[in-house]
Amino acid sequence: MAQPRRMRLPVIGLLLALVLPLPARADRLPLPADAPPSFKAECGSCHLAFPPQLLTAPDWRRVMAGLDRHYGDNASLDEKTRREIEAFLVRHAATRSRLAGAGDPPRLTQTEWFRREHRKVPDALWRDARVSSAANCGACHGRAEAGSFRGRELALPELRKRKHD
Amino acid sequence: MKQVLLVLSLASGLAAAASPQELGAAYAAEAARQAPGFQPSARRGAEFYARRFAVSEKMPACSACHTESPLQPGRHAVTGKAIKPLAPRAEAARFSDPAKVEKWFRRNCTEVVGRACSAAEKADFILFASAAL
Repeated sequence: MAQPRRMRLPVIGLLLALVLPLPARADRLPLPADAPPSFKAECGSCHLAFPPQLLTAPDWRRVMAGLDRHYGDNASLDEKTRREIEAFLVRHAATRSRLAGAGDPPRLTQTEWFRREHRKVPDALWRDARVSSAANCGACHGRAEAGSFRGRELALPELRKRKHD
Repeated sequence: MKQVLLVLSLASGLAAAASPQELGAAYAAEAARQAPGFQPSARRGAEFYARRFAVSEKMPACSACHTESPLQPGRHAVTGKAIKPLAPRAEAARFSDPAKVEKWFRRNCTEVVGRACSAAEKADFILFASAAL
């Protein structure tokens, strides 16, 4: 049973590489080198310091304009820090339409791209106690903090058995 | 207040590290100016930590994210992100950066307690977290 599966993998990998919607590799989203220290300190405390490549500039601006009501929390920053982080996010923002229109407030888990990438994740897993929130990238992507989202790194055993993208 | 400001300005200017004891002492001194004779209390800090404020639905108490013990690693109640233990004994960097400490008291007190915390509450809290065995 394992044999034919293994033989199919390179083909699937090749096909995946051809259809990936992001410019370089959708599973490698390293933090851009010009990230100000405030980005990780301020945005990476309560959640992953999300890759700026995953929302468009208008959506990042919307997020950064409403920090006093940030998904139920008051995450206000001083204006200098706010501007610095917004400029960084906008500099590296997505330009593709599949990453646009993330809702209001924008959620990077609502883009067409994100939903497509995760279309095979069963509903029950999103509600799993280990996950809590779709924004909890690290629950499944064991190396999310390092900007790596490769299938082989999936941290939950049930996901490693069935590739979800 | 002066002492807290001194510690804070040191931190912002030089990123000077402080110890939990120094930070706690600065808050205690400020509290003593407001209420002469104030002495920080780990027991009051423990009560505060365990109190159910119920202001926020998802974060009714400190334990919602930080668990019942400051020695344990916690988990953000909304995002699920891992949180390192609060106790300096378990996580050495805790209460060593005055600006960071002020920031998180401001944010978490607003969110969980529904108001700013007093210098007395902060002094008690730091003593409790530092004394946790």
